[in-house]
Amino acid sequence: MKPAAVDYVRADSVAEVTAILAECGDDARVLAGGQSLMPMLNMRLAAPRVLVDISRVAELARIRSGVADHASDGGRAAASGAVAVGAAVTQARLEARPTLAREVPMVALALPYIGHFQTRNRGTIGGSIAHADPSAELPLVLAALGGEVALRSQRGTRRVAARSFFAGMLTTDCRPDELVEEVLFPLAGEGARYGFREVALRHGDFALAAVAATVTRDAIRIAVGGVADRPQVETWPRLAGSALDDALDALARRLDARDDAHASASYRRHLVRTLGRSLVEELA
Amino acid sequence: MRRYSRGEQHRVEVVLDGRSREGRCESRMLLSDFLRHVLGATGVHVGCEHGVCGACTVIVDGVAQRSCLALAVAADGRDVRTVHGLARDDVLSDLQQAFRRHHALQCGFCTPGILMSATDFLARNPAPTEQAVREMLSGHLCRCTGYTGIVAAILDVAALRRERGGTQAA
Ligand code: FES
Ligand code: FES
Repeated sequence: MKPAAVDYVRADSVAEVTAILAECGDDARVLAGGQSLMPMLNMRLAAPRVLVDISRVAELARIRSGVADHASDGGRAAASGAVAVGAAVTQARLEARPTLAREVPMVALALPYIGHFQTRNRGTIGGSIAHADPSAELPLVLAALGGEVALRSQRGTRRVAARSFFAGMLTTDCRPDELVEEVLFPLAGEGARYGFREVALRHGDFALAAVAATVTRDAIRIAVGGVADRPQVETWPRLAGSALDDALDALARRLDARDDAHASASYRRHLVRTLGRSLVEELA
Repeated sequence: MRRYSRGEQHRVEVVLDGRSREGRCESRMLLSDFLRHVLGATGVHVGCEHGVCGACTVIVDGVAQRSCLALAVAADGRDVRTVHGLARDDVLSDLQQAFRRHHALQCGFCTPGILMSATDFLARNPAPTEQAVREMLSGHLCRCTGYTGIVAAILDVAALRRERGGTQAA
């Protein structure tokens, strides 16, 4: 359980990071908090030639509120602006932000579910998004809110909507020369209510199923993680009663749940139905 | 920018439990191994080496984290606190004494990591609920105690510190 030999580079600026990524491409991996990448290095599931440590890049340690976003995702609750979280910001630091529950309530609700106190102290928001584990909370929340990822390379900066960014299990639209520079969570919409719930075997374990929901005056937006290979989002009218049950059941069946060592596919579908039902009822 | 090439020995400096220390290691060496094998801080225990058990937890720049999920070269210039720094002049810290009173350890393998987590946790959460303590402990595995004594010790020391009206650091 020791990493293979590697060249380690500690960057001081974004320009240095993108220069190394431009030079090394696939041979380089960005290291932020290391809470996903270091276990993979220790187990030799990853063995890059170069590690670029961004944890001391001051430009990436900022949290900015009210940043203009592209509102590129038509389905989301009306919002103006976003909280932009730099790639080196830890989960613990965002959790401690006093205004977070007002700005992006769903993020505030989901953060305590991520790993453990000790891993949130080091783990970053950008790292979790870039890693794109299908059971992870932050990709689910970003997709549920219709957020964006800002990618930076020597070729320039581009913004990608969450629904196109997550491309599958541990796979994203981030190209080898690009850095996840910021993650943009849309600010809470007027009158919208947000909820997050998950079931894991033990607190801090990966979710067997997680559901995030936004309820507005005339729509329910529901996102499911932990079941398919990436977060799945659907928007419905304000369904209730058996119509809601039917919609949740159809959603659960579309997710292509699999049996694994932790839970059966039918139990995962059951969780989607019950978590979804209780969450929507709570927010109605 | 600082580059640490593979295969070479690099100098790493840390403040370890209040003392400036330095050692040499390869870029791939884990902080846990650096602390144990290069600097001799064998109170840093290593269980799983992939971030699951919490035995290796130390406090880096004031924040509890797993030392098996960090490279030693990445800790260059940082302040690192381990279980070796808790007792002062051979007197156990209040947290260590509470662990002893409550039988919060048996074999002691998990204990150094839990003590460091609890030290950081209590500094930020002086009046935690039992539920919050249990959630913090979910980042640690103890195969002996069943956690009951550990929870009791942490809650006890939190209450004692509040009674004394201080946030006395361990
Ligand atoms: S040895 Fe680091 S978490 Fe287990
Ligand atoms: S006291 Fe033995 S593992 Fe915790």
